[in-house]
Amino acid sequence: MLTCKQFLEELSEFLDEEVSPQERKMLEEHISACPNCWVVTDTTKKTIEVYRRAVPVELPAAVRDRLFLALEKKMAGRREP
Amino acid sequence: MAPPADIYDEAALVSQARHGDAAAFNGLVDHHGRKIFRLAQRITQNREDAEDVLQETFLKAYSHLDSFAGNSKFYTWLVRIAVNEALMKLRKRKWDKTVWLDEPLETEDDKVGREIAVWEDNPEQRYSREELHEILEKAISGLPASYRSVFLLRAVEDLSIEETAGTLGLSVAAVKSRLLRARLQLRDRLTSFFKKKVEDPFAYL
Repeated sequence: MLTCKQFLEELSEFLDEEVSPQERKMLEEHISACPNCWVVTDTTKKTIEVYRRAVPVELPAAVRDRLFLALEKKMAGRREP
Repeated sequence: MAPPADIYDEAALVSQARHGDAAAFNGLVDHHGRKIFRLAQRITQNREDAEDVLQETFLKAYSHLDSFAGNSKFYTWLVRIAVNEALMKLRKRKWDKTVWLDEPLETEDDKVGREIAVWEDNPEQRYSREELHEILEKAISGLPASYRSVFLLRAVEDLSIEETAGTLGLSVAAVKSRLLRARLQLRDRLTSFFKKKVEDPFAYL
């Protein structure tokens, strides 16, 4: 069986489903027998999900205004011959 | 026929913007601006730099719209411009003590999985939106810059390992190694906030 260290080295690829079916089987065998690695896998997965789900706040109005002003200048410049 | 105004049709907006339609380009800016701003803030860890990065990204995107091939997603293309701008800001900061991208990394195997505790099923429900924002940003700001960029591009913005490597000028092996360590370090940091509050710490056994 894989050691915990070997398991953890493969964790990213396991979570991204980038392992071969054979490797997957070995990794799954490890977590079904090792509660610690199961918890690390589950919470690492949740770590990724919580960042993906977080909705970005609106652009602050002043930041948005300055951005559009800069763009307007650029666009006006482009139209000139 | 133009689609109704409330439907965001990216391909149409990109095509119209390429033909000089300023309003169409502004629509793209409004749709992606806040995500690009957040990415820039997370990489630079500085509000002023992030605003510069935001502007430069969209100014460059506008100037180089003709070179957007359309075979990648428009947002992915913007992310790559933004990350390059943000990394340039980091490199210019002479006082910055963060790890540079070409520095060798020490292995951190001994630090992996320090705290093992189950989380709530929906960990973010325990906190308000503002509190959650603070927790996530604080956790990510504690990572070395080179880990942070890899995590953001691969795990959050969904670039492939190869795209992440190309954008950051790293080898595929370096991206994989940093991604794993970034994920484990973040997991460790977030565990103190999101772990299930139970009497028995071994309740999961």
